[in-house]
Formats: sequence, C-alpha cells, structure tokens
Amino acid sequence: MQKDSLRGSAAIVGTGLAGIGEAPGRTHLELLAEATAKALDDAGLKLTDVDGLFTANLVNFFPTLTVGEYLGLKPKIAESTNLGGASFIDYALKATMAIRAGLCDVALICYGSNSRTGAGKHTTSAEMPIHEGAYKPRFPVAAYALAAARHMHQYGTTREDLARVAVAARQWAQLTPFAYRREPTTVEEVLSARMMCDPLTVRDCCLVTDGAGAVIMVSAERARDLKQKPVYFLGGAAAQWHRQISAMPDLTVTAAAESGARAFDMAGLKPEDVDVIQLYDAFTINVLLFLEDLGFCPKGEGGRFVADGAIAPGGKLPVNTNGGGLSCVHPGMYGIFTMVEAAEQLRGAAGDRQIKDAEIALCHGNGGTLSSQVTAIFGTEAAL
Amino acid sequence: MSTYDAKQFSGDGPEKVFRSGLEAGKILIQSCASCSSHIFYPRALCPVCGSSDLTCIEASGKGEVYSTTTIRQAPDKGGDYNLSMVTLAEGPRLMTQVTGIDPSEVRIGMKVAGIIRKAGEQLAIFFEPA
Repeated sequence: MQKDSLRGSAAIVGTGLAGIGEAPGRTHLELLAEATAKALDDAGLKLTDVDGLFTANLVNFFPTLTVGEYLGLKPKIAESTNLGGASFIDYALKATMAIRAGLCDVALICYGSNSRTGAGKHTTSAEMPIHEGAYKPRFPVAAYALAAARHMHQYGTTREDLARVAVAARQWAQLTPFAYRREPTTVEEVLSARMMCDPLTVRDCCLVTDGAGAVIMVSAERARDLKQKPVYFLGGAAAQWHRQISAMPDLTVTAAAESGARAFDMAGLKPEDVDVIQLYDAFTINVLLFLEDLGFCPKGEGGRFVADGAIAPGGKLPVNTNGGGLSCVHPGMYGIFTMVEAAEQLRGAAGDRQIKDAEIALCHGNGGTLSSQVTAIFGTEAAL
Repeated sequence: MSTYDAKQFSGDGPEKVFRSGLEAGKILIQSCASCSSHIFYPRALCPVCGSSDLTCIEASGKGEVYSTTTIRQAPDKGGDYNLSMVTLAEGPRLMTQVTGIDPSEVRIGMKVAGIIRKAGEQLAIFFEPA
C-alpha cells in the first residue's frame, strides 16, 4: 500500500461545541451529548448514522463504553487510547484509518468535561510516577516549568517571550464570541500574576473551564454530498518518547519534531504551506516548543519568533485563532478544540477572526508532561 | 549472540534491588553489558538496546542541575520548595529536590551531591550543593 493512502481519504463534515466556559448544573456526558447533537446537525447526519466512536476523558475508566451507552450507540469500532489531551487529534488519524479500511462510515470524535463547575478542578486518574512522586512535583505545571527554565537557560528565552504567547492568545479570544476570557491583558499583567512554579505564573497556564467538542468524519466521497464544505484529512502522526518528564531526553525538544515531520510527509506539505495553526497551549512554553519542533522557526528561536506579534491577530503566522487553552477553553483535554477551530477556519466561517483564504490548517496536540505529541494537517478541496 | 539473560528474570527484580540499595545507603544505577549505557530508573530491559544483561553499579552521587523550578506554596502549608532534574556524573538523569539552600538559590549547572533521605514512608535521593 502506498504511504500516502490516507491523504485526503476522509474529511471533517460536522463540528459542535457546548458549555464553553461555565455550564453549571450539567454533567460531562450532557455537555458531550449537546456538542455531538450540534456536530451531527452541522453535518446533516443523525445519531443513528454514527458507527464509529472515538472518545476519552479523565473520569470514566471505560470511556467508549460509558459514552456509547449514554448516546445509545452500538459502534462497529470504538477507540479510546489515552494520549492525554492529544488523544482527539490521534483519533482523527485513527478514524481516517477506520473509514479507509471500511470499518465504519460515520466516525464521532467527542469529549465533554465539567471541570470548572463540577469537580472544581482538573481531576485525573493518572497515577503518580514512582520515581518522581517522592519529590512532590506539582503536575502538570511543574514539569512545564522545568522545560521553560531549561529553554531560557539554553536559548536566552525570556519570561517576556512567554508572556507574549499569553497576550496573543487573549487578543485572539477578543475576536472569538464564545471564548471564556476576553478582557484585554498585557505582558506586564502576565509577569506580575501569581507565580505558580518559576518561571510560570498563573497567566502562563491554561484555563480551567467546562466545555465539550465533537467532530464528525466520513469518507471523502460521502463528504462531497453533505451540506458543509469538507475539511479533508491530509496527514497525521503520533509520536512518544517518554511518559515521565524526568525521562525526557532533552527538555527543549519534544516528540513533535517527529510527529510533525511524519504528518508533513504524509500530507506532502511543508511548514511554509500552512495558513493557520492550532496548538495545544496548556502552558505558554508549549507554543514556543511546538513552533520550533514543527519547523515554523529554528530550535531555540521560538521566543524571538513571537516577540514581534507574529502569532497574534495580524501577524505573519496565525496561532490559536480561538484564543486557545490559555484564553478560550480548557476543560482538561484540549485536543478536540484544535480541530473544531481548524474546521471553522477552513470553511471560512470564523467571523472576525477568519484568516483570509485559509486552505491548510495544522492541529497539534500534547499529552501528559510533554509526553505524547500528535500532529494532523487538514485542508480544503483546493489543498487536495 | 542473544543478549537475553534469564538471571534478570529470577529473584528480586531491578526495582526491589534499587530500593534495597537505598536501604544500604547506596545509589544504584544499571550498566548495560551489551551497549554500555548507564540507566536510571531501574528496568528489566535496557531501554537503549533491549538487552537484559544489566548490572547494578553504585553511582558516585555526583551530579549537575539540568533544570530547576521553585514550587510556590503558602507558608502555612510548608512554604516554597525546590524541584529539579539532576544529571548524574555517570549520565542518567533523575527528578529530585536540591535541599540545604534556599530554593531561589538553585541554579542550572550547579554541582550537587546525592544524599539518601526519607520522603514520607520511602527513601529517596535528594541533592545538596557539592
């Protein structure tokens, strides 16, 4: 089989969001169901059409069983590999594989969480690694702080560089009607916010919100008969080099260097071909690391790259046009929201934050403590 | 020649051997007879080459701070404390706390020396400025 056999073989045909920000009085499954209903309506499909289920969360031990039962699905294929917040981008690859192989026709990728108004905090069933737990590491923020500190030491990155990532996210959020935090902010505000783990303040950290997202994928052939402009899957790859942050070979280089290269290879594209990027910005340092590792700037130059507003509205490389996990929504596992926003941009439906003539979008997810890295590239009909 | 060594799969496993080492005041790492890599944390197979021919050796305890952060915590909950990653002289890197100085004084590149201390119920490897 040819290596490029997945390229363009499936497409996103429906997306839905629910409960972005605060959704008091509602369970994670209720939010997930609302996002699913919206995505199916967006696609012009029915719940009974769904025969592939791709889902994960941080509260159900058997995510596909719980969600499948709740929605009344009897999927022919179900997938819940837990790569943390990167999982949902991985599911776009797995759903494309399943559709291509004829294992399912309509794939539902979905997630819901009431982290803000329900549990109060991000809850997780993740175990504490046995060779790290004795040192009371405050995960996940402490792991990202270690990476940020090393990047600053090795490449001269500054706290101001990190803060500019948070400010750019907020500027995008101001253009996004459903974003949770939309009030203006400044580099000074980010720097003077409460320090969590040096060098990261609370404003270098993602939000804790409620929220749900759903994405429907079908074959490229079927996509052309549905009501939305198809958003084609062009390439995707997952990579992992460690689980525990202390086992990461180099704190300044993530496995995005591998996932990105393989995804670009499948798509037959290069970083300069990408019009808009959606990155999992759990912490400001993530954006710098991923811009470097995915090939948008040389290693170590991430801080200088964002210094002149390059990733903010009006900049040369639009990143996280919905405001990202830093300012739009972050209910614990952000990956699904990168694809919802990428689809909005490629359909030309993103309103005030629309990137003109966006044809190719890159989504990148991260999970654990810089552990799992998943890249997917999507495009319009023109990009096929 | 196969690198499979059945000895590794009988008796105490590498994790228990490591814990017993701490009880005896030793910081044990593993050395791979096949590819000469030094390994931490203790494993049944070499993560570099897959060999099971791993031997415990005592580390010097000397190391250098690879990265560091101060975890901010209210004074009534115990106050700020350090979290670091230290690269041992033998090569492997581990998570730890650098203690014996104020957390704000810990620097990347600082030379440190290992010390075995209780952390809760278990023994763990901490470091102090060398």
